[in-house]
Amino acid sequence: MTDASTAEASAELVAEREALAPEPGFREAFAQVILERPSTRIAFVVVVLFILIAVFAPLLAPHDPLRQSILQINRQPSWDHWLGTDQFGRDVLSRLIHGSQNSLIFGLLSPVFAAFFGTLLGVTAGYMGGIVDRVISRVIDMLMAFPELLLAILIAAALGGSFWNIVVVLTVAFTPGFARVARASTMAVKQEPYVEAAVAAGVSTPRIIFRHIVPNIAAPIVVLMALWSASSIRIEATLSFLGIGTQPPNPSWGNIIRDGLSNMFATQWPIAAGGLAITIVVLAISIIGDSVRDFLDPETNQ
Amino acid sequence: MSVLIDVQGLGKTFTDTTMRLGPKRPPVRAVESVSFQIHQGEALAVVGESGCGKSTLGRLLLHLIEASEGRVMFENRDMSAMSRHEIRQLRQRMQMVFQDPFGSLSPRRTVADIIAEPMDSFGLTKSRKDRREKVAELLDLVGLPPSYMDRRPRQFSGGQRQRIGIARAISVDPAFIVADEPVSALDVSIQAQIINLMQDLQEKRGFSFLFIAHDLAVVRHVADRVAVMYLGRIVEMGTKAQIYSSPHHPYTEALMSAAPRPDPAARSNRIILEGDVPSPSNVPSGCPFRTRCPLAAEICSVERPPLIEVEPGHTAACHFATPYPIAQRSPAT
Repeated sequence: MTDASTAEASAELVAEREALAPEPGFREAFAQVILERPSTRIAFVVVVLFILIAVFAPLLAPHDPLRQSILQINRQPSWDHWLGTDQFGRDVLSRLIHGSQNSLIFGLLSPVFAAFFGTLLGVTAGYMGGIVDRVISRVIDMLMAFPELLLAILIAAALGGSFWNIVVVLTVAFTPGFARVARASTMAVKQEPYVEAAVAAGVSTPRIIFRHIVPNIAAPIVVLMALWSASSIRIEATLSFLGIGTQPPNPSWGNIIRDGLSNMFATQWPIAAGGLAITIVVLAISIIGDSVRDFLDPETNQ
Repeated sequence: MSVLIDVQGLGKTFTDTTMRLGPKRPPVRAVESVSFQIHQGEALAVVGESGCGKSTLGRLLLHLIEASEGRVMFENRDMSAMSRHEIRQLRQRMQMVFQDPFGSLSPRRTVADIIAEPMDSFGLTKSRKDRREKVAELLDLVGLPPSYMDRRPRQFSGGQRQRIGIARAISVDPAFIVADEPVSALDVSIQAQIINLMQDLQEKRGFSFLFIAHDLAVVRHVADRVAVMYLGRIVEMGTKAQIYSSPHHPYTEALMSAAPRPDPAARSNRIILEGDVPSPSNVPSGCPFRTRCPLAAEICSVERPPLIEVEPGHTAACHFATPYPIAQRSPAT
């Protein structure tokens, strides 16, 4: 059997050349993905920056975000107030910095929870099939029938718009999307010969799910997570705008915009600054999501 | 030689289980009343055209799909009566080599992970070092450098991937391996190497073998016995010598004449079968082969020919099967 290598020499040479660089470990590969594309690097820096801002908000904010001053309403930007002041004379920059806490936590928490529960449901339905699939799918359909905003208003009306209520609402609202994608991807991956090979090799069902199914459906889930993070920040803004999200006078990017809107003709800076902050973060998260998707997909990860 | 696997009246019918409205697709009888035995250390080849149910048969034997009728006895234990847990434990004793060398290896995992997967499942790797040593040993056994173990499947050619698949199958030292057309996706030049490898390994490890193929030429080197399948049924079965030297079923003879021969002079009497294989959801009455059979007579559409013993250890399902090979027979009227 040693003559095998000679006959396959040409194929091996190709493989050899491709394999000159040793296969990188997960951490190196991840770092590589983040660093390889300038756009991803910038996006990564932006997200980290915003997280730092949120964490160190009390230290960074030049003013108390809640302090009103009748003498300084609707100021244009100045050295003292970089982004001006709102109709109550509060410093817009400080409100923006403090508001990042609420907005980012909403933006990241609910999608992560929803991705977890949604993937769990979707993979179970897709892998088990049969009656389990039917029950889970119908429940998901039912949840999907509710627009997330309506669901949020419903819960907020019933339980009050506390922080955790909103997180729960958004998690429930986002879960069906993840479950759908996870279920469809699972059913596709389940047909792969290597899954049958794993069954034939004697691998237990949980192990097949975690080793062969989940890694192979991770790419679309991650993209969805980035997408929903963006939506989540936006919906929190909407809820705050409607008055059931972050309760005034506490700032969030959403209610900065809401307050700004009613005062649009006096000063445009709150709307512009809040909108820009949301746009930048949402964009950055989407870019990172795309790169991670490419990294997770072995076909494009060459 | 003791019997390792005893297949008794095995059958599989696929039915349309979708919840769609409208008419259901007719059930497909992929495998029907198949019975045979595989002895310890024996290589049985199953040969037939695409869609004749040979892959389904292989999967039934490994209980990857559940049989609709009949049963498979593995070491005198009825597999259909086993719990899922028992079946999983049994997989340590029976493994599979797949047809598709590209799809059957997860693109995400390293060669070491792939080969060690069965061992990991049964707790046969004690430590990381032990695992790497065992994988290196297996790679060496299938003719690949152990240094390849940290690479991923996409860096390998089809033949190399099939070697990896074989290493995975033998890693737990199974008593039985199903090889589902292991060389049909490979270049002809590589096919012989893989077949030699499997034969070598069988001699070294002494496992039994079900080798599925669609042409008799490939099987010639591997098999001790050959079963010819047509539309889900075994139409002829016997030792390699019996099948090759004196086929008793006209289908076997046609298959044999279709195998390419290097000598142009020997090609003259090739039998060309007319028509297509009938759909397994609409099997002809009587003998399933009668629509394409050069010997077909009236009785063939009425009565299904049973498998009869034409000589010791050699059976054929044909109304005209006699102790004489087809070549010496006069066409039936």
